[in-house]
Amino acid sequence: MSIGPDDINQIAHLARLKIDENDIPKLSDDLGNILSLVDQLQAVNTDDIIPMAHPMDAVQILRKDEVTETDNREKYQKVAPNTEDGLYLVPKVIE
Amino acid sequence: MFNKTVKELSLGLAQGEFSSVELTQHYLDRIKEKDSAINSFITVTEENALNEAKAADKSRAEGKASDWTGIPFAHKDIFCTEGVKTTCGSKMLDNFIAPYDATIVSNFKTAGAVCLGKTNMDEFAMGSSNETSYFGKVINPWSDKEQLVPGGSSGGSAAAVAARLTPIATATDTGGSIRQPASLCGLTGLKPTYGRVSRYGMIAFASSLDQAGPMARTAEDAAMMLNLMAGHDAKDSTSIIKDVPDYTANLNNTIDGLRIGLPKEFFNEHLSPELQSILQDSIKQLESQGATFKEISLPHSHLSVPAYYVIAPAECSANLSRFDGVRYGYRCEDPKDLMDLYQRSRTEGFGDEVKRRILIGAYALSAGYYDAYYNKAQQVRRLIKNDFVSAFEDIDVILSPTSPSPAFGFDSKGDDPVKMYLEDIFTISTNLAGLPGMSLPAGLINGLPIGMQLIGNYFEESKLLNVAHRFQTATDWHTLAPKNI
Repeated sequence: MSIGPDDINQIAHLARLKIDENDIPKLSDDLGNILSLVDQLQAVNTDDIIPMAHPMDAVQILRKDEVTETDNREKYQKVAPNTEDGLYLVPKVIE
Repeated sequence: MFNKTVKELSLGLAQGEFSSVELTQHYLDRIKEKDSAINSFITVTEENALNEAKAADKSRAEGKASDWTGIPFAHKDIFCTEGVKTTCGSKMLDNFIAPYDATIVSNFKTAGAVCLGKTNMDEFAMGSSNETSYFGKVINPWSDKEQLVPGGSSGGSAAAVAARLTPIATATDTGGSIRQPASLCGLTGLKPTYGRVSRYGMIAFASSLDQAGPMARTAEDAAMMLNLMAGHDAKDSTSIIKDVPDYTANLNNTIDGLRIGLPKEFFNEHLSPELQSILQDSIKQLESQGATFKEISLPHSHLSVPAYYVIAPAECSANLSRFDGVRYGYRCEDPKDLMDLYQRSRTEGFGDEVKRRILIGAYALSAGYYDAYYNKAQQVRRLIKNDFVSAFEDIDVILSPTSPSPAFGFDSKGDDPVKMYLEDIFTISTNLAGLPGMSLPAGLINGLPIGMQLIGNYFEESKLLNVAHRFQTATDWHTLAPKNI
């Protein structure tokens, strides 16, 4: 299983990561090796097997529709890189 | 004092042999003296610890003490601790002061325990050697001539407990991250049933596999810790509503007649003769107490590592998408636009192994590949679980190796990630099935500790702890300490 430079650039874009041109050959090998390991799965017959999402097949429990959280905006924004008037600041998005 | 277990320290505090302030200072002094050579702590919270110890001594004087009042311990740096830096071993969170406490952090606080600090770990818990931490590698205190890894990802917790810098520590396990370092550092570690312990405030790696548990020296201490950690939490929708037993209650039960299974797929020709012989000795020991053994089969176990390396990276790529340089964590300098802000913050903030797993996960989840990878892996995961379900029809507990070998040297796995992934070959299936598993010291190979693994049926942590305690009553592997502590 090989994974070429175009694939790497595409998935890096999806994951919002930048890959240095020089790192692509090594990364391509690493990911290829991992995918070869993973490809053993393809040999298994899994017809009619329901994918397992939770070991106890537990389902989401809904809580009562009540207010449980208080406003912690100031506290939570203290750890933000850049805020102003209670808003998170990022570079200009719309010209 | 540093060789005492929590059980013994608790008694010492109750009988007034020492105060919590004295005990806490003793451990803080040890950390100061010894941790520069081990690097097991990322943050030491000296001032907080001494304040908590004073408060504990005060409650005791007022007659309000529990078993945990004034007992020092450490948290793996994956748990959010309000007002204290919480890094998850990453540059991404080097500046992150958690604004709230994880549920298990609150549990230890409420019980009156004294947190000494936060322990080192593989970045975002991704690793089996503690080499991927942004805060430097952790050295196994058992290292002699050559520096050895403590295992990972809870390598800091394991090294700190092994070096007696803390009596116990919290840890987490996604594919073996409690049990493998416990094996390599000569400790007793337990990964509970999925959903037994709240994941609220535990920084997520692979949400359907992650579980927190105790890292201790004895099964008795692990049981005491699990009493504090286990239970349903409304803040974690995957935690299970089920009564929590007193895990210390059945430790001394007889194991006469207990049926233990030995998976033939794990006892194969690749197992080293030394480890074979250690496991045979352990089996004989348990047999002498009346346990019976039989061979069992887990026919899909060879697919655990492949299934894991789809599911874990897929969930990690989704979980780690929250690190965007906007709301908290690392932000790159002078972003030119929003895309540049996301890309450079993530590229500069994450280390190589984390990026590799994010890429694999993004690939496995991308259009056209979801069914072939993620869905397929989740189907195989059910086959792996079904193997265990049938095995547990005739047996009570499974015994197997924890790790293929004792502690190894740094960089010894070369730079092929797949080699490192095989370190968790015996532990991963337990996470995929969601079963409880533990590792306890079973012997020495070339002077280095190695563990055996016990796997139980769902919610049967008590039974694992019972077997482990009976083994530890009859053997002294768990009392061995590294030479230079």
